[in-house]
Amino acid sequence: MKQIATRTKPTNAAQRYKAGVLKYADMGYWDGSYEPQPTDLLALFRITPQDGVDPVEAAAAVAGESSTATWTVVWTDRLTACERYRAKAYKVEPVPGSPGQYFAYIAYDLDLFEPGSIANLSASIIGNVFGFKPLKALRLEDMRFPAAYVKTFQGPPTGIVVERERLDKFGRPLLGATVKPKLGLSGKNYGRVVYEALQGGLDFTKDDENINSQPFMHWRDRFLYCMEAVNRAQAATGEVKGHYLNVTAATMEDMYERAEFAKELGSVIVMIDLVIGYTAIQSMSRWARRNDLLLHLHRAGHGTYTRQKTHGVSFRVIAKWMRLAGVDHLHAGTVVGKLEGDPNTVQGYYNVLRETHNDVDLARGIFFEQDWAGLSGVMPVASGGIHAGQMHQLLTYLGEDCVLQFGGGTIGHPMGIAAGATANRVALEAMVLARNEGRDIWNEGPDILANAARHCTPLQAALDTWRDVTFNYASTDTPDFVPTPAVA
Amino acid sequence: MRVTQGTFSFLPDLTDEQIKAQIEYCLQKGWAVSVEYTDDPHPRNTYWEMYGMPMFDLKDAAGIMREVDACRKTFPNCYVKVNAFDATRGVESLRLSFIVARPPEEPGFTLVREEGRGRQIRYTTRAYATDRPAGQRY
Repeated sequence: MKQIATRTKPTNAAQRYKAGVLKYADMGYWDGSYEPQPTDLLALFRITPQDGVDPVEAAAAVAGESSTATWTVVWTDRLTACERYRAKAYKVEPVPGSPGQYFAYIAYDLDLFEPGSIANLSASIIGNVFGFKPLKALRLEDMRFPAAYVKTFQGPPTGIVVERERLDKFGRPLLGATVKPKLGLSGKNYGRVVYEALQGGLDFTKDDENINSQPFMHWRDRFLYCMEAVNRAQAATGEVKGHYLNVTAATMEDMYERAEFAKELGSVIVMIDLVIGYTAIQSMSRWARRNDLLLHLHRAGHGTYTRQKTHGVSFRVIAKWMRLAGVDHLHAGTVVGKLEGDPNTVQGYYNVLRETHNDVDLARGIFFEQDWAGLSGVMPVASGGIHAGQMHQLLTYLGEDCVLQFGGGTIGHPMGIAAGATANRVALEAMVLARNEGRDIWNEGPDILANAARHCTPLQAALDTWRDVTFNYASTDTPDFVPTPAVA
Repeated sequence: MRVTQGTFSFLPDLTDEQIKAQIEYCLQKGWAVSVEYTDDPHPRNTYWEMYGMPMFDLKDAAGIMREVDACRKTFPNCYVKVNAFDATRGVESLRLSFIVARPPEEPGFTLVREEGRGRQIRYTTRAYATDRPAGQRY
């Protein structure tokens, strides 16, 4: 695959380390007989080699460039336990139905990674290798982490179980809404939306990813008005309420200052954006654990590298990294809403975030068994283009340990924000009640909603307004192992 | 006002038949059901009074309904809720918790504001009912 002529496969160490260029496979980065060890990190890449490049050599090159290799032989390898430090491609399979693409399985020794650092992990696994010329495209599909490595991470500062205990909310998905319009409201008007939505029945409201500190609303003003709204709504309903105060800022110092202020004001939760970077996320996770606040992560920016099937990083890998890095909430798709996500793939993300143990589940894009070694679960957040009329679909697809965020579906309600919130809460409770009673909510969902609307005018209005709204487009990202079902 | 804690507070009060169906669901899942009551519905009152221990060994919904009913009759002026506890690893917490009885009148809460420096306010939520001693609140 290299343009430079390579030598033939060496048969002894002297030949192996003679100056010059060897195939990656011949340098030891391919071993078809390798048995992955329980202590290895495993990665699955989808590789698209340049025309004429042998897939096994391409897989070996990925293993090499993401571990110890450089383009030529170096004698200094012999000063190290290099056999152990070389990542080993051990299986290459064609991707079903996608000519020219291959799944490459690669094993990495545990000692290649610094404990508890997503920055270090990602610098290896998605570092230089993604720009490697002999490949047309490269995608990281999935990873398996040994328990010994998982245990070097703190994980979610709070976790699903303790979040529910703190909020005293059990047995149903939580309900949220993002304040809209996302930009332009003054602090006073912004807090009005928060108050109406929370006292109407939502558990949470949310800053959007790009609400930080702008000319129309500086962050301290937003925090003060939002906490007035949260406390008023709490007293009006007798329930614990929260608003995700976005503390995303230009520097860690700014973020800590904002988070400290949120804590002082009694907020139960703060929020950050994925674009702050892995190290900043881990820092905020420690802060949240130390200060007993929930940490909400908005996945702003992920679509730039997760959406195309042939190149980038699958969101399931990002989900795993974020569970290790330690967040309590992570946006993970809705299936039925306006944003990308086929049902099986999205369920795969949810399972990765929530379960104590994942079995191999190719239909959902889970290629490896993963034991989470006691790490708490992350609450997945479904947000973007969902409304009360889809409640039976949402509960069926997503289960109950999640946050359903109805932004437009609350604030755009014809009778006002509080009515929109009430409609969502009534629809949700009616659906959970019916499911628990053993009813077939997938098929009877519309009837269950119509029935609940008889004692709830706002729900009737919501159903009338959004009855026919669906976003049924083909998904661009699917696991490629089974036919992809339509959404509804 | 209506205290909206619990899984089903936005629906009309559940009938006994509906309560029993939820208890049956919990038993099917292998969860232990318990009954709790309080006359202090503050949103952060974590420890309601236990009406006996969780019924780990009672697998009969009708039997549990009798406990629910006894609690409602003994404390007609209290909030009563049914909890379901799941001892599975990774949960070890409640899986369902819903109110099955409430006082005839719910006066609700007042929000006390203590103005501080820099426009900061310290908030305290206080139930009107808890101004009176326990047992005389509703």
